[in-house]
Amino acid sequence: MNEEKDATPPPKPAVEQPAVEQSPENVPAQTGQVQQIGLRTGMFGASGSGDTSGYGGLVAPITYPGPAQRPFGGWYDEVADALDVALQAGGLTTSVERVVIHRGEITFHVRREDLVATAQLLRDDPKLRFELCSGVSGVHYPDDTGRELHAVYHLLSMTHNRRIRVEVSAPDADPHIPSIVGVYPTNDWHERETFDMFGIVFDGHPALTRILMPDDWPGHPQRKDYPLGGIPVEYKGATIAPPDERRSYS
Amino acid sequence: MPPDETVTTSDIYAGSSETSEGKVFTVSGQDWDSIAQGLSDEGVDERVVVNMGPQHPSTHGVLRLILELDGETVTEARCGIGYLHTGIEKNMEYRSWVQGVTFCTRMDYLSPFYNEMTYVLGVEKLLDIEDDVPEKAEVMRVLLMELNRISSHLVCIATGGMEIGALTVMTIGFRERELVLDLFELITGLRMNHAFIRPGGVAQDLPPGALDEIRAFIALMKKRLPEYAALCNANPIFKARLVDVGHLDLEGCLALGLTGPVLRSTGYPWDLRKTQPYSGYEDYDFEVQTWDTCDSYGRFRIRLAEMWESLKIIEQAADRLAGLEGAPVMVSDKKVAWPSQLSIGSDGMGNSLDHIRHIMGESMEGLIHHFKLVTEGFRVPAGQAYVPIESPRGELGAHVVSDGGTRPFRAHFRDPSFTNLQATSVMSEGGMVADVIVAIASIDPVMGGVDR
Repeated sequence: MNEEKDATPPPKPAVEQPAVEQSPENVPAQTGQVQQIGLRTGMFGASGSGDTSGYGGLVAPITYPGPAQRPFGGWYDEVADALDVALQAGGLTTSVERVVIHRGEITFHVRREDLVATAQLLRDDPKLRFELCSGVSGVHYPDDTGRELHAVYHLLSMTHNRRIRVEVSAPDADPHIPSIVGVYPTNDWHERETFDMFGIVFDGHPALTRILMPDDWPGHPQRKDYPLGGIPVEYKGATIAPPDERRSYS
Repeated sequence: MPPDETVTTSDIYAGSSETSEGKVFTVSGQDWDSIAQGLSDEGVDERVVVNMGPQHPSTHGVLRLILELDGETVTEARCGIGYLHTGIEKNMEYRSWVQGVTFCTRMDYLSPFYNEMTYVLGVEKLLDIEDDVPEKAEVMRVLLMELNRISSHLVCIATGGMEIGALTVMTIGFRERELVLDLFELITGLRMNHAFIRPGGVAQDLPPGALDEIRAFIALMKKRLPEYAALCNANPIFKARLVDVGHLDLEGCLALGLTGPVLRSTGYPWDLRKTQPYSGYEDYDFEVQTWDTCDSYGRFRIRLAEMWESLKIIEQAADRLAGLEGAPVMVSDKKVAWPSQLSIGSDGMGNSLDHIRHIMGESMEGLIHHFKLVTEGFRVPAGQAYVPIESPRGELGAHVVSDGGTRPFRAHFRDPSFTNLQATSVMSEGGMVADVIVAIASIDPVMGGVDR
């Protein structure tokens, strides 16, 4: 920033200073690897408020917990080992992209092509036995380029009393994820809901139709590019903007 | 639509009309002859599709059933849902983490504390403050949840009874539920939609006299609960309607993801309070109730027995609370804990004057802190969490995702009503129309939770 010290340029207003110093590369390395998805600007979230303190120019990366390294500890290794063995026997060596352990919960990120085979192994292998699927939850990360749409499955093994999470992603341009209704029939309605809300097409689902929204509804409401909607409300002479147009602090 | 001449009823709403899909009859009761006549005139006798609901007193809420009938036998049953969809999950993405509780409590309106609890447990896990939640807050959460289990099971039994014509079960069920709601009102200020369980603890300490009221309630319930057993358990009409109806075995439950009383009616003692305890449930003495008939009657008996177990837990929680007078109910971390407590003013609940004096007259930093925490809210580290709990209907879990901001990036609720309702087809196809009602009542779906 100070390359032109001797030129002594006129001082700029704080908000217009380039934020290169805060780019992700210059952030101190964090312990363990992190997964960066997107950037957050400013310190207080609000923009256009005339804040001249300089904090408005901050740029910070949005980072999610990164892949865990072996040994994972506890029963995580048993599950991961059993899954590795089962996957190798089935010739699916590359199906698990990475394993994340955060706050005591283990997440297997699985390639979408291998989801059905992996789910079948997770359900049937005696060392895994994840009998119950608690459904699928969609998450839309618009800044996670090429992997915008995530489908998150929570599996429960009643035999071993363990829970894992399986996460699959698909790009916005090709929102297809294979359906696992054949393995876990309970996902019938869950996948319909995720299709309804995110537009993820679950290939192989027996009847993928909208479930909560009307059949002719345009768009998929839970996507981040879909507005919340709402109308301004007048209260005692003042007008209150709809929630998504109010000042926010994220 | 002009009424057809063949219809003899005088009801202006009943009748039939021609559509491009064929003849459509509107049924309003006591007009079966005209429909049978009309159908045979059409030359169709093999297939009748009946739309039941969404505005129907026996469908347990705004549930629409699409039944294909052969006489009185149901050959296919499908559910139409979504009539109560209010976009709660989407709305939560536009409010702070604390405000999220106010939204999710409204989903399954018969078990509001469970909605709050699973969301709050997820947030606390992401904040990594699970171990910092004070003991009193945990005991109060258990107390409220178990009271809520009783009120929810009472409504299930009451409305289930009403739907099969057992009106006394309905009136006494709502009579007792009222007592629980009075306790809720005393403790939280509201009968439903409490938003009382907050990240880090609970909103308020127990009001004076609450423990006495709770003890009086336990004593009264011990006299009243046997009435349900006396009315129903061996009642031949009740048993004729419920026994062997809505059959679903263990394999079916696991494949379709059913949990709660339906799963336990297969004899499998799966209860998250025992198997994956949260909020200190491992410290309470209670039994997991099961039945081995896989039918609606078994589910009724399980709910009845679970109310007794809940009473046991409430008793133990009340004893523990008696020894925790004056203990904190919110984490000590001032970056998470709500800065002020309500207090009892001359006009009932109101702002704490002490707190207002502090921030307005004594401490500029206190005012800034209050302003920041209340308007901006706290930040939750990026990541995702799923902490399911045992709601009266089964596994209720919130998938909470944070991007490190002051608002949930995504909150998805795995509601047991939604999942369990998928069993409608399996439970009722091949049975009679009247059995569909019993089967659905035994699932106990709450449409607010199904549609969210």
